[in-house]
Formats: sequence, structure tokens, C-alpha cells
Amino acid sequence: MGAQKKGGGGARVSEDAEEQSHQRLQAILLADSFATKFRPVTLERPKVLLPIVNVPMIDYTLAWLEYAGIEEVFVFCCAHSIQIIEYLEKSEWYSHPNLVVRTIESHKSISAGDALRYMYEQQTETSQIQGDFVLVSGDTVSNMPLADLIQEHRERKKKDEKAIMTMVIKQSKSSSLTHQSRLGTDQLFIAVDPLTKQLLHYEEDKIDHPRGSVCLDKSLLESNPSVLVCNDMQDCYIDICSPEVLSLFEDNFDYQHLRRHFVKGVLVDDIMGYKIFTHEIHSSYAARIDNFRSYDTVSKDIIQRWTFPYVPDINFSGNRPLKLGRQGIYRACDVIQSRSADVGASSVIGYGTKIGDGDKILNSVIGNGCSIGSNVVIEGSYIWNNVTIEDGCEIRNAIVSDGVKIRAGAVLQPGVVLSFNVVVGRDFVVPAYSKVSLLQQPTTEDSDEELEYADSSSRTADHLSGLNLQMESKASELGPDGAGYIWEVCEGAHDEEWKHSVAPIPEDKLAEITQAIDDDDTDDESVVPTSGELKSDADSINTDMNDPNDDYYDFEKEVEGTVLRAVEENIKVDLVTLEINGLRLSYNMESADCAGATFYSMMKLAVDTPHNSASELYKNAASIITKWKELLGFYVKKIDEQIEVIMKFEEMCQESPKELGPLFTQILHLLYDKDVLQEDAILRWAEEKAGADEADKVYLKQCETFIQWLKEASEEEDEDDEDEEEDD
Amino acid sequence: MPDVQSMVAEFVNKLRKRKIEGSQATAKCTVELLRSVISHQRVPHANQAAALIDAVKAVGQQLVAANPVELAVGNVVRRVLHIIREEDLSLTTAAMAGLDLLDASDDDDIDNCKGIGYPAMSAAVVAAAARSTLRPPSLQTLLEGTPESATVPYTSSSGADSESKTADKSSLTRKLKHDVIEGVNQLIQEISGCHEQIAEQAIEHIHQNEVILTLGSSRTVLEFLCAAKEKKRSFRVFVAEGAPRYQGHLLAKELVARGLQTTVITDSAVFAMISRVNMVIIGAHAVMANGGVIGPVGVNMAALAAKKHAVPFVVLAGSHKLCPLYPHNPEVLLNELRSPSELLDFGEFSDCLDFGAGSGSLQVVNPTFDYVPPNLVSLFITDTGGHNPSYMYRLIADYYSADDLVM
Repeated sequence: MGAQKKGGGGARVSEDAEEQSHQRLQAILLADSFATKFRPVTLERPKVLLPIVNVPMIDYTLAWLEYAGIEEVFVFCCAHSIQIIEYLEKSEWYSHPNLVVRTIESHKSISAGDALRYMYEQQTETSQIQGDFVLVSGDTVSNMPLADLIQEHRERKKKDEKAIMTMVIKQSKSSSLTHQSRLGTDQLFIAVDPLTKQLLHYEEDKIDHPRGSVCLDKSLLESNPSVLVCNDMQDCYIDICSPEVLSLFEDNFDYQHLRRHFVKGVLVDDIMGYKIFTHEIHSSYAARIDNFRSYDTVSKDIIQRWTFPYVPDINFSGNRPLKLGRQGIYRACDVIQSRSADVGASSVIGYGTKIGDGDKILNSVIGNGCSIGSNVVIEGSYIWNNVTIEDGCEIRNAIVSDGVKIRAGAVLQPGVVLSFNVVVGRDFVVPAYSKVSLLQQPTTEDSDEELEYADSSSRTADHLSGLNLQMESKASELGPDGAGYIWEVCEGAHDEEWKHSVAPIPEDKLAEITQAIDDDDTDDESVVPTSGELKSDADSINTDMNDPNDDYYDFEKEVEGTVLRAVEENIKVDLVTLEINGLRLSYNMESADCAGATFYSMMKLAVDTPHNSASELYKNAASIITKWKELLGFYVKKIDEQIEVIMKFEEMCQESPKELGPLFTQILHLLYDKDVLQEDAILRWAEEKAGADEADKVYLKQCETFIQWLKEASEEEDEDDEDEEEDD
Repeated sequence: MPDVQSMVAEFVNKLRKRKIEGSQATAKCTVELLRSVISHQRVPHANQAAALIDAVKAVGQQLVAANPVELAVGNVVRRVLHIIREEDLSLTTAAMAGLDLLDASDDDDIDNCKGIGYPAMSAAVVAAAARSTLRPPSLQTLLEGTPESATVPYTSSSGADSESKTADKSSLTRKLKHDVIEGVNQLIQEISGCHEQIAEQAIEHIHQNEVILTLGSSRTVLEFLCAAKEKKRSFRVFVAEGAPRYQGHLLAKELVARGLQTTVITDSAVFAMISRVNMVIIGAHAVMANGGVIGPVGVNMAALAAKKHAVPFVVLAGSHKLCPLYPHNPEVLLNELRSPSELLDFGEFSDCLDFGAGSGSLQVVNPTFDYVPPNLVSLFITDTGGHNPSYMYRLIADYYSADDLVM
């Protein structure tokens, strides 16, 4: 390994010399995302050729690289490599005067790591990469200048041998609710040295610990006087790399993912003391289309012209420019549009498309050669090329691929993705977030699930033709005259589907999250005055609670925790009272609620204490009540509060009729004895209950004798209770 | 030839990617490119002018399509076409004069030996030929349907009579190309020298102790003001900064460096300051055929303010900025919406830009140009002198030929 390193170093020195003489700017473009997020569409066409605002993604990337002064691009093709090469041959890129485009094919690579390793192998034979290079993926949309950045990287490299990579970041606030960025990726935490811009920590906030903490290595703080931690940065996945990066990948054969493995490896494992630096861009745009949500977001950004000059009305890569009208409507000059059609703001309509009567189109992109019937509603959707939509369809927040037919009256609910040539049957409603393809969903998850799609396109084609035959005979899942399979949501990711979908996050989901977060907030507030131990208790309880809406429920839980702790740690009554008062204020509760909650927690404690028989339980309850009657007494000064306690008790008994039920009278009597409850309260409760249903009267009946006795006692003006009680 | 092709491709690419902007720069590049196109164009014997025109037109169409907003490109292409037509015309008139003489002597001979009939016809043909070459085909000739092709063989056959004429013709070809390149060179000089031409007139317009308001940055305006300064006029300049590109700041810097008293104001302060201003001078991006002006964004507001306070609103424009087109929906069609990042920081506002949320979303519109209708303009100063907006169409008729308006 050491020898290999040396060899790499030697090569680099000679390259440096070469670099001095000829500073050719090079880039490696990964034309494969090595992910499955765009399935099922990517089963038939590589992701980089998918159109975004009617232009294939790779054109944006290449146009930008050319504009930024890159002279040579190595397009690394993996899945569907034939299609990519064919496309590049047809386009003007192969014959571009300023940009040399070379393709490299490798079908074995199943990850970015493999791709770079393959590049390294090639490198030893041909030494194509002469110096620092730009590493991007083919789905990047950007307009940032690169020349200065590469220069900066080179100069830094000259000063510090170990600075092997410069990573481009951009400020982009992530949603506080969903913990994901605008682009649908997980929230990113990075720590940067504010002076040198060295990257110190890189962590993607995973969904599974949304409230988790960020752990920074202590040594980080020791070695750096100041550390800037940000969570509003977006990783643009644009890296300026030195050739060492390739050899690093070669040395560490288990590196697959650029960020998860490589960056983490360099930062955490501290390989050879290599350093990564960051470069923040301000005025220019950069984003990677990683999932359907970012497809939506980046499309909108393009329409809003953040990516200028890569906008639909400018011919930047052989695309036919559209005309930009008012309200940001881009329209091809030969669109046939009915006068009664309503094309709303921020829409794009491609060449040769027909729009029928009474159509409503808003916030959508419609490709070339589509024909849209009358009274169709299209909102926030992406219709690619040559799509036929018949009368009266409704399409909201969906992606519709090339050649799809949507028969009259069909409805696509938000988040639907229709792959190529699917036919949606008459009046069929495609349910939200479903993915539909002519290809059947791969049932077995192979070991190479990282691979974007089946490796050879020819196989897919065979598969397809076979399928078509099947389709004829078999009634489709998309209505009687439809064709296509609705894919199962795989990997149990159903809950997460809405996060990465093209559709906006639905209101109810947002409300749910907001609610959950509000609860968390109140938790935090209430927990602050108490000890940290309680916080974790409260949290663990919180996670399994059922109804987050119920403030009282939370309050009760809090009080229960407090009482439990008080009993365990034998805290003084005064202090517990103080804490419960604090809770009462933070939850805006009345003292009657406090009384109820306190009593509830005491009884719960009694029930939870291990016991064998009802008498033992009674003993437990009695001891607790005796011990903590002062606490309870603090809240039950008024008759109303006492009634509340009785009601609460009754409620508890109803919940656990077997355990507490039989003891109702006994405990009520006990409470009376200990002066917690006054006889007025009990009598008033009995009066109130007298009018209730039979079912509610169970406990009233149970303690009838007791109440009777109480009544008599009050009538007899406090005769000797002692005797009666001993009789009991 | 191939190098011309690649030059064209490169320039088209630059225009498309907006790597080259500004009417002066694009005009210069265009005219230089067209000069090399013309000099590399191989010209056939017959109909050389048409070949040149076709070549220039083909390139011109590409250039205009690459960035339709840079009107100067189209203007220069039309100017070059006009030059070719003019040179061709003058050569044909010269040749026709010779032909007439020749014909006259021929006629005499024929008249002498063959009698009547033929000469009359020949004269008619010659007249038709002269008509068709000298003037663009009039409605009458079109209606008469005199086929142009009919005349050509005749003239060539009549040309066959004398050997000298063919020799004449080849020299004529060379002469046409030579003359056209000569004319294009003049145009290049005119474009690069238009600042001086305009600046020479400064002394007539700017007087002692005046206050001048300008908006954005224009090299023509800079030279104009400095020329007045050099003539010992002392005056003050208010520069509206020209948000969001703030080119006014650059202009102010330059003005101060040249020793002018300069004040920078915000664009929104134009109305407040206009009452103290004696004249508004701005540089145009393009001047339309109706006398309307396309200038940096914010100009219309300045023009309205000037109108309100009866302050003269003067537009400086080199002749390459005169566009023979009439503006139709200029706010949209002759405009370019640039990136919103010039207005605000993407990062800061990234949370408002989420369209997915369904609630209100932020849209940013950043137009580059403003259209000033002709009635707000008091005076145009071009390199040929000062003109009224209503006179623009006349100037345009001098510079362009009607055939080229639609390319």
C-alpha cells in the first residue's frame, strides 16, 4: 500500500510539471446517479437524459461546464450507456469547438466509488486526467463560474499538499418542519473553520433521529480556535478534486458513496491528514436533482430564471428557445391554443403542442408534441413529450413521461409518476404517490440494488416487447383500457413517500408535523426548570402517546413524572408543589386540573406498585395517600376541585374496573378520613351523578351506603363517627 | 472558409451564452465578422451582389437568433446588406451608362444594316434591364411580369458581342467586393468613432452651471460629459445608480476620475431631484423606428419625471443603435429577464421560494431594459447631429434598405 502511495505521489509530481506547461481544465461527469430514486422512469431511460423544463439534464450540466471554461469532459456512463452515447452523438456536444467530450463506459460500476476506481485504472494506462479536475454528476444545474475556484484550489494545493478537495456549498434554508432542504434531501450539518474554510464535520441529518443531537469531536475544538456550525447549507455536489482523490478511492476499495464514505472517511478517519475545503457561492445557482422533489424545485428555479442564462428562452445547448411572455409563461411559437384555454403563470409549453378548449394549466411544464383535449386541468405537473391527454382529465402534481396516453376523465392524484408509454384507462383514478410503469416492479432486491436500473438496455427492450403482449391479454391495473403496473411502495418507505415526491407536502402532513413539533417545544419549556433526567422520561412517554392534541394529557404525563420522581427521590412536598405549579402555569391549567392530575398519578403509582391482591393494592394506595395528602390537599381547597378528584377517580376505576373498581368506596372513604375530601363534595358529586345514565352510576351505587351514611351523619350533626368507622 | 464558419459559430455561441453584451461591443464584433464573411465569400460571375447578400443574410440570421435582444447585431447586419446593395447599384449604374453607350453604337450599326424592328425591341429590353437593376422591382414591373431571366440572357448575348465586356465583368466582380469591404470598413470606423462624433456636439447642449442627470452607465454619455468638461464648462452631474446592476456607480467613479462634480442618487430619488436638474442625458440600448427608446431599466421613470417638470430628456445614440423595426409589446418582446440573484440573495430567501408549500411564494422579476415612448423624448443626438423623435424613420430610411427589414 505504501509503495502504491509513493507511486501515486510520483505520478502527481510529473503531472504538476505538465500542469504548469498546460493548464487544461478537465471535468469528470458521472452520467449515472447510482441510486434508485427516479425509478420506474430510469428503468427505461438514464436519469441524465430525463428532460427538465424540456431540456435533458445533461445539457444543463455540459452547457454550464462549457460556459465555465472547462475544456475536456469525461462523461462516465454506466447504466443505459448506449442511450447516452447515442444522444451525445446526435447533439452538438461531440463537435463542440471549445469543449472536448469523451465518454467512458463501464457496466461493472455500481457506485460513484466504483466509477472513480475505474477512472483510476484507466488513468494508469492513459493518464487522461492531467491535474485537478471538477467532479460533478450529470444531473447538476448550475451557472456558477469555475475558473477562479479552480485557481483558488490550485493555489491552496501549492501551499498545502494535503488540500485535496474543494466542495461547493450554497446557503439554502431547510424546512424546520420536515428537516429536509428545498431539494428534498436531508438537512445538512456542517462545521467549517471560518478562516480557512476547511471542512471539519459533515453530517446529513437522517430522518430517523429528527430531534437528535450533533456530535462534534472534542479534538476538533482543540485544534481549531473557532468553528462555524451551520445547518442552512446545501451541498451542491460540485467538487474540485486533486488527482489524489482518485488514488484514495483506489486505496479504500470500500468507498462507494462520495459523501457518506469518502468525505466521512477523510474527515473522521483522518487518512494521511488530507483536508477538504469548502467554497460558498452567493450570487450563482447550483443544485443537484436528486429526487422527485428536487426535480420540482429545480424546474421552478429554472422557470424563475435563477439559472440564467440556462433558461428556456435562451438557446444554450441546441434546444429550441421558447418565447417568454408576461407572468413567466414560456410558449413555443407554434403552439395551438384554444382561446378558451387558461394558461396560468409560470408555465412552459413546448413545440407542436395542442391545447384544447377550456383547459386550465398552471405552474406546469408541457413538452413537445403533446395533445391535450378539452376541459383538462393540469396543475404543478410535468408532462414530457408526445403525451396524449383526452378530455376532462385532471392532473395535479404529477410527472408524466413520454408517450403516455391518459384517457378521458382519468384523474392523477398528487405525486403520481407515470413512466414511458403507460396508458391510463377511462375515468380511472390513479391514487396519490403511486408509480406506474409498463415494466413490472423488480421483485427481488438484488445485492446490486445500488444500481440505477437493469444494466443493459437491450434486455429492457426485450422485456418490454414481451410485456406488451402480456398486456393485451391481461386486464390492466389501470382500468380496462389501460396498460401498466402500479408499483408497490418498497422498503417500507410509505411514510416517507410524500417527502421526496413531486407533489408539495400535503396540508395535513404539515399540520401533523407542526403539531408534533409544538408538543416537543412545550416539552422543552416545561422540562427546563426540572432536572435533565425527567426530560428523557417525558420524551420516552411522549413518543408512544396516541393523541398529541390533548394538552391535558401531556400535562397529566408531566405531573405523573414529577410525582413519580418525588416519590422515588423522596422530595419535600413544598418542592413538588412548586414544580407542579410551574407545570400548571406553562400548560395554562387550573388548579382543579392539578388536583385531578396529582391524584391520578398517585393512584397510578399505587396500581403500578407490584401487588397480589385487592387488599394489598388498597394498602399501597392508603400509604401513598397518607404520605402525600398534603400535596393533594394543596390543590383540593375548594369543593369544585374535590369533585374533580372524585370524577378523576371514577374515570380511573372505569378504565381498570378489575383492579381499582372494587376499591372505589374504600378509597373514597379513606380520602374522606384523611380530610382530603369534604362530605359536601361527596354529596354534591352524588347529586350530580344521580341524573346520569345507568352505566355511569355503577360506582355511585357501589358507595351508596357510604353516601347514605354521610347524609345521616350530616343530619345528625356530627354524632360519633368513630364508632361507625370502626364498624366498617 | 471553415475558419469563417468556426468564427461564426464561436460568436453565435458567445451571443447565446450572453458572454458578449452591450450594443457597442456586439456591433463591432458583428461588423468585423461580416467583413471576414464577405472577404472569404467566393463570388460567382453572374449576380455577385445576390451571392454576397445571401451569405451575409445567412450569417445574420444566425446571429440575430442567437440573441434577439441585442438589436445592434441586426442593425449592423442590415447596414452591411444596405452597403452591398448600394455598391451594387452604383456599379450597375456605371456599367449601364457604358452599356447604353455601347448599345447606342450597336443600334446604329444594326439600324444601318438590318433596318427597323430590332432596335426598338432592344431599347425596350435595355430599359427593362436598367429598371430592374437600378431600382427594386416596382409594383408596375411586377404586374407587367417582365421576366428578369429574359433580360439576362439577352444582355449576356449582347455582352458576347464584345470581348472587352466579359473582362470588364470580372474586374467588376472584384470591384464590387472591394467596394463593399471598403464600405464595411467605413462602417467599422463609424461605429468605433461614434462616441467622438457625438461628444463633439456636447458643447452646444451643456452650459455653464447646469445640473445634468443620467441613469446607469453608458460610454457615450461618459464621453459626452467629459467633452463638455474639457471645453471648460463647469456643471454638476447626478448619477442615478441604476439598480440592480448599479452601473451608475461605475460611471460615477469614472466621472470623478475625470474631474467632474458628481453626485450619486438612488433610482427612486430621481423624482425628488428632477426639479433641480436642467437636462436628463441617457445612453440608449436601441432606438426604434418610431422614435421610442430602449434603455436600461428605470429610464422610463426618469423620462416621466423629466416630462412632468418639463426638463429636456436627451438620448445619445450612435447610428448603429438605430433599429428599423417598430416596437410591438416592447416591455416583453424586446426585453430580457435576467437572474433574480442580481436583486436578492438566494440563500436568504430560499425558504420563501418553496413553491411546494402551496402558500404564498416569492417571485422575482428582473428586466434588463425599459421602453421610453417617443413622446417623452425631447431630442436624439446621433453622430450626424440632433434629431427630433419624429425624424427617426427618415434617418432609418437613409441607413437601411427596405428589402432587409425582414431578414
